[in-house]
Amino acid sequence: MKLSKFFILLFTLTLSVSVLAQRSPVQEPMVFETQQQEDRFNQLTQELRCLVCQNQNLADSDAQLAHDLRAEVHEMLMAGKSDDEIKMFMVERYGDFVLYRPPVQENTYLLWLTPLVLLLSGAVILRVIIKKRTVLLESAPDEEPENQNS
Amino acid sequence: MNSRIYPLLGFLLLIVLLVVGLNIADRKTNLPSPLIGKPVPVFDLPVLASPGQNMSKESLLGKPYLVNFWGSWCITCRAEHPVVTELAKLNAVYIIGMNFRDEPQDAVAWLKKWGNPYNVSLTDFDGRVSIDFGVYAAPETFLVDPSGTIVFKHLGQLTWEVVETEILPRLANMESGS
Repeated sequence: MKLSKFFILLFTLTLSVSVLAQRSPVQEPMVFETQQQEDRFNQLTQELRCLVCQNQNLADSDAQLAHDLRAEVHEMLMAGKSDDEIKMFMVERYGDFVLYRPPVQENTYLLWLTPLVLLLSGAVILRVIIKKRTVLLESAPDEEPENQNS
Repeated sequence: MNSRIYPLLGFLLLIVLLVVGLNIADRKTNLPSPLIGKPVPVFDLPVLASPGQNMSKESLLGKPYLVNFWGSWCITCRAEHPVVTELAKLNAVYIIGMNFRDEPQDAVAWLKKWGNPYNVSLTDFDGRVSIDFGVYAAPETFLVDPSGTIVFKHLGQLTWEVVETEILPRLANMESGS
């Protein structure tokens, strides 16, 4: 009984290892001149959305479009374009949606500022609660001894 | 007692956000194209099945036209084919079939099998032009005005409703404008 459980456990663990053994999704042999170029390529394809499978980035996706866009990024990179120029190329064609990190601009203020507003309102609420408690504590010691006596 | 209502209100707010989020989750249908109001991307492509013949953006200036991206591999293109055919019958607009990421012989066979609604078919073999048009997946349809500006884009299957409510009125506008 115990032994079979052990084997089930072993089997499950081995299964998860095979996931790690999957080949890297980037298949095409991309050639770079410098390590820096390769780092930039990896950074860019991780920040750009694959538009066909929208919750994947370009680096992860195996879709034909992602394949072509990776080649496009690679070509522009080798041609000496800057990161901003490459992102601009994508945004001009596919809109801001292609960026996983949206730019701070008029229509994204809500997106960027909401967490800050929530944090501040949390601080305000906390302050109010602490104040209330301090008031309660200040009046409490007088009552407590009476309760104990009675 | 009163303070007990707050978590419930918070929960209701989350439910509202969930419903709103689910309703806009299908980004494909309401993604704005950054290309609307912009000039048509530059292209100069070979005409399908006509060796040595090319068609460029410049040669199309002066008349409105419709650019329909399709491929013989695309199932939805087959589904929208009757609508494109119906629209072609109206002779209301010059229709360009952008055959992209496709083998020319497959494209020719497809047109032979189902009928050819296009005034001309261009071959975007490596999909370069489709990237310049910001195409996600076939089919996608762009309406271009006589000055070469994209005025409308439809993502996915073209329906007769889209033709009637979006494309034909815009064409009528262009005619009355000029």
